[in-house]
Amino acid sequence: MVDGNEEEQLLRDLHRRMVRIRVFEEEAGKLMEQGKIPGALHLYVGEEAVAAGVIAHLSAEDQITSTHRGHGHLVAKGGDFRLMYAELFGKAAGYCKGKGGSMHIADLDLGMLGANGIVGGGPPIAIGAAFSNKYRGTQHVTCCFFGDGASNEGTFHEAANMAALFKLPVIFVCENNGFGEFTRQDRHQAVRDIADRAAGYGMPGVIVDGMDVLAVHEAAGEAIARARRGEGPTLLECKTYRFFDHVGVRGMGVVYREDSEVLEWRKRDPITLFESHLADAGVMSADAAAAVWLEVRSEAQDAITFAEQAPYPASAALLEDVYATPV
Amino acid sequence: MTTTAQRTRTTSYVNAILEAQRQLLTADPNVFLCGEDVALYGGVFGTSRGLMAEFGPQRVVDTPISESGIVGMAIGAAATGLRPVVEIMFMDFVGVCMDQIVNQLAKMRYMFGGKATLPVTIRTMAGGGRNMAAQHSQSLEAWFCHVPGLKVVMPSNPYDAKGLLVAAVRDDDPVLVIDNKMQLGMQGEVPEDLYEVPLGKARVVREGTNFTIVATSRMVQEALAAAEQLGADGLNVEVVDPRTLQPLDIETIATSVRKTHRALVAHEAVRFGGIGGEIVAQIQEEAFDYLDAPVGRVGAPFSPVPFSPALEALYVPNRDTIVTEVRRILGKQV
Ligand SMILES: Cc1ncc(C[n+]2csc(CCOP(=O)(O)OP(=O)(O)O)c2C)c(N)n1
Repeated sequence: MVDGNEEEQLLRDLHRRMVRIRVFEEEAGKLMEQGKIPGALHLYVGEEAVAAGVIAHLSAEDQITSTHRGHGHLVAKGGDFRLMYAELFGKAAGYCKGKGGSMHIADLDLGMLGANGIVGGGPPIAIGAAFSNKYRGTQHVTCCFFGDGASNEGTFHEAANMAALFKLPVIFVCENNGFGEFTRQDRHQAVRDIADRAAGYGMPGVIVDGMDVLAVHEAAGEAIARARRGEGPTLLECKTYRFFDHVGVRGMGVVYREDSEVLEWRKRDPITLFESHLADAGVMSADAAAAVWLEVRSEAQDAITFAEQAPYPASAALLEDVYATPV
Repeated sequence: MTTTAQRTRTTSYVNAILEAQRQLLTADPNVFLCGEDVALYGGVFGTSRGLMAEFGPQRVVDTPISESGIVGMAIGAAATGLRPVVEIMFMDFVGVCMDQIVNQLAKMRYMFGGKATLPVTIRTMAGGGRNMAAQHSQSLEAWFCHVPGLKVVMPSNPYDAKGLLVAAVRDDDPVLVIDNKMQLGMQGEVPEDLYEVPLGKARVVREGTNFTIVATSRMVQEALAAAEQLGADGLNVEVVDPRTLQPLDIETIATSVRKTHRALVAHEAVRFGGIGGEIVAQIQEEAFDYLDAPVGRVGAPFSPVPFSPALEALYVPNRDTIVTEVRRILGKQV
């Protein structure tokens, strides 16, 4: 049991993690629209409660694997805005020296094993990290984020089976936002609840409201505790929604979903929901919440300035890092 | 068989593919399209826009994100009489379905003593230049050229994109059609009717007298630009586009080299182990006595495709890389 103070601290922490993701992503979206961020940018806006609720349980020694929509995971894991924006710009100061960009952003020191350009690329890697945690006799766990679309890749199924078989300390966190790119879930799989698939592999499947950060936090807490006790994996399905488009910002006025649907989901904006909860509980007033936003926005502005001014990689960098032992 | 169509007009590379797919669906009830977001959305590159509305969801099929399943489904369907056209959105994703392509699709006919016929077409998008980083930018054609049983096509313009796709789909063997994402907006003359550009036939894109550049896909445009620049060096460059890499029309290439006595092969893929090495080897087998200089190669450096615009610009070969390499093999100071 946590005492009152700890509880409040946790709530503030969850709030801050979500605000940091939202601000980071909204600013990234603007920068992309200004033509300052090249390549593909898959934004996490709307899904913040999932990353925040799960990752709040983890230390840097616990790992996560991420997806093409990976900024939110890294921010929640404690990612440094300066290094993140620098990476999105392709600058040498970025997390991956500018070589990876949005789709490959990673911080191994924080246990963030990388965004991934290959849908379904993460789950097998996650079970490898979990295998290693167990092998090395640690209590650390690995959280594997993946989408509803990714749950149709063979890699997910192979990884799920192996994780259950080997009782690996891994949590498969499905971010079910109802779409794989432009295809609605009921047009890409016959099941409604991806958690149902857990039974086929002999692990618990849990469904949670992915717009409710406390619900996510609680369900993830149980799954993580189970994994730390050596009782094996859990499939945690978080029902969520992406407010923006598959790539970039727009998200409204698109052919594959109705604006009314987006507006319905936006009424359950995970941050707004949580802020009204915090106000009701007397933990954080609207003014106090606004102060957090202000602080995070200025953190973002500082980081963007840093990233804009940072130099591009030198040409020699092109052939570096291909091998650990230079050939 | 090349049918010469009468009415042509200028259109884009994307439209050429779209039109080929529409006409193939119309002409043959056994043709169907499948892939991720190809139906309702019309393809992330727009190459099947409107086709589901026109031909129905049974013939233009949205699939889950399951590349092994998609290719396998095409193999089974082809083995039982259909003519599938599969889209693998980015070429990099072939990594997910390599077993189905390499161990199943390519070999079934041979393993079964010639009893299976597998008219599967796999369309996919290769190439860098859009800052899409290491998993969305590769040119992996050499992998497939190395596998007996597969044919490999790389168009360089809208006319060929349509004609080669038609030939690929009508061909009774598995064909990979590899387009380059930087060419999608390219405009060109395209006949309105259905026509074929035959597989296994190279094209002399620019006639010349004293140097041959063999270039694939997007490098054809770069080679043409390089040829203009090299005019200043007193070179009259011939540019040959193999169009099909497997089977390779070495005869057209060798004929050109026997005339010009000097050659270079340019592709966007990594140079080491790229198809350029094979083409150079065949040139020296077929035209050794005619060569006045070592045959050069241009390809990407030996690294994954970098994200940073600053690095990607250095990475993807272009007209300048080609000019520099031509001058180098001719012993000129650059
Ligand atoms: C192997 C592979 N196939 C296809 C793609 C193209 N693609 C990128 S994201 C995406 C949709 C993924 O959907 P989901 O897993 O539900 O994640 P979401 O985008 O909804 O967060 C697709 C098809 C890819 N990157 N990798």
